[in-house]
Amino acid sequence: MDYILNPWPWYVSGPLIALVMALLLYFGKTFGMSSNLRTFCAIGGAGKFSNFFKFNWKNQSWNLIVVLGAIIGGFIATQFLSNDSISDLNPDTVTELQNMGFENAGATLVPNEMYNIEAITSTGGLLLLIIGGLLVGFGTRYAGGCTSGHAITGLSSLQKPSLIAVIGFFIGGLIMTNFILPLIF
Amino acid sequence: MKYLKFLLVGVFFGIVLVKSEAVSWYRIYEMFRFQSFHMYGIIGTAVASGILFLQISKKGYIKSIKGADIFVPKKDNGLIRYIVGGTIFGFGWALVGACPGPMYILLGTGVYSILIVIGAAILGTFLYGILKDKLPH
Repeated sequence: MDYILNPWPWYVSGPLIALVMALLLYFGKTFGMSSNLRTFCAIGGAGKFSNFFKFNWKNQSWNLIVVLGAIIGGFIATQFLSNDSISDLNPDTVTELQNMGFENAGATLVPNEMYNIEAITSTGGLLLLIIGGLLVGFGTRYAGGCTSGHAITGLSSLQKPSLIAVIGFFIGGLIMTNFILPLIF
Repeated sequence: MKYLKFLLVGVFFGIVLVKSEAVSWYRIYEMFRFQSFHMYGIIGTAVASGILFLQISKKGYIKSIKGADIFVPKKDNGLIRYIVGGTIFGFGWALVGACPGPMYILLGTGVYSILIVIGAAILGTFLYGILKDKLPH
């Protein structure tokens, strides 16, 4: 049982993520989570403002069901398939984050310092999450995909545009984590 | 009932991403600081398995549920949109520690404040739709 309840090693997790992609392709669909953001826009009537959102979103409802399943999966994993084990982070990472003001790194999935009620009711904290979300939503559509569409599906199918996008993901991520986060915290 | 399989794939996806800790803000931080192999191992083995699956299916050994060839849509050619869009996405990914799949999964794990990120991401996508024709691709 411990094998299930403890965090899973990367060499188990990676192939299982590929299995998700394989199953969706087998069902005649594709693995692309960011498309749902566009679908939500279309449902909300964004087609009135841009042709980009004028499409029959009902054809995408299967993907919304995947989203619903993912939410349920997150619930099941934390409620029934986890113990109290703390994420096995590099001790250097933990010390470093502590110096930046992040306590108990790895005890939760996201830092309380960014996501708890205190953080999100402060103007700075709220802005941080809004700006982050805007960047993700804008960037992923501009790049035509996210981690699932480009990094997993695109690289697996050996597509050059996806390789360029993933390089972009890392340029942005490296700059944010190494140069901008230390300025914020 | 035709949607049940998608629900189950989603549940499986959610469980795998929580148990692999790919939804952890800290794992993303650690990855971009090159302080752990964990995330590189996940992405690396996922892509390696994916390549294997698609190569086997290309040889005709695996067909879709309807008996057709496994089909992966081709991304349009381009450079600017991928490098600039990708970089913008990377900024956001490293800041909030979640990409568009994990956002929903985190909601299920009880991180309700992620709804702010999801709302902002929808707005970000909307802004792209508005500005699309003015942007270089």
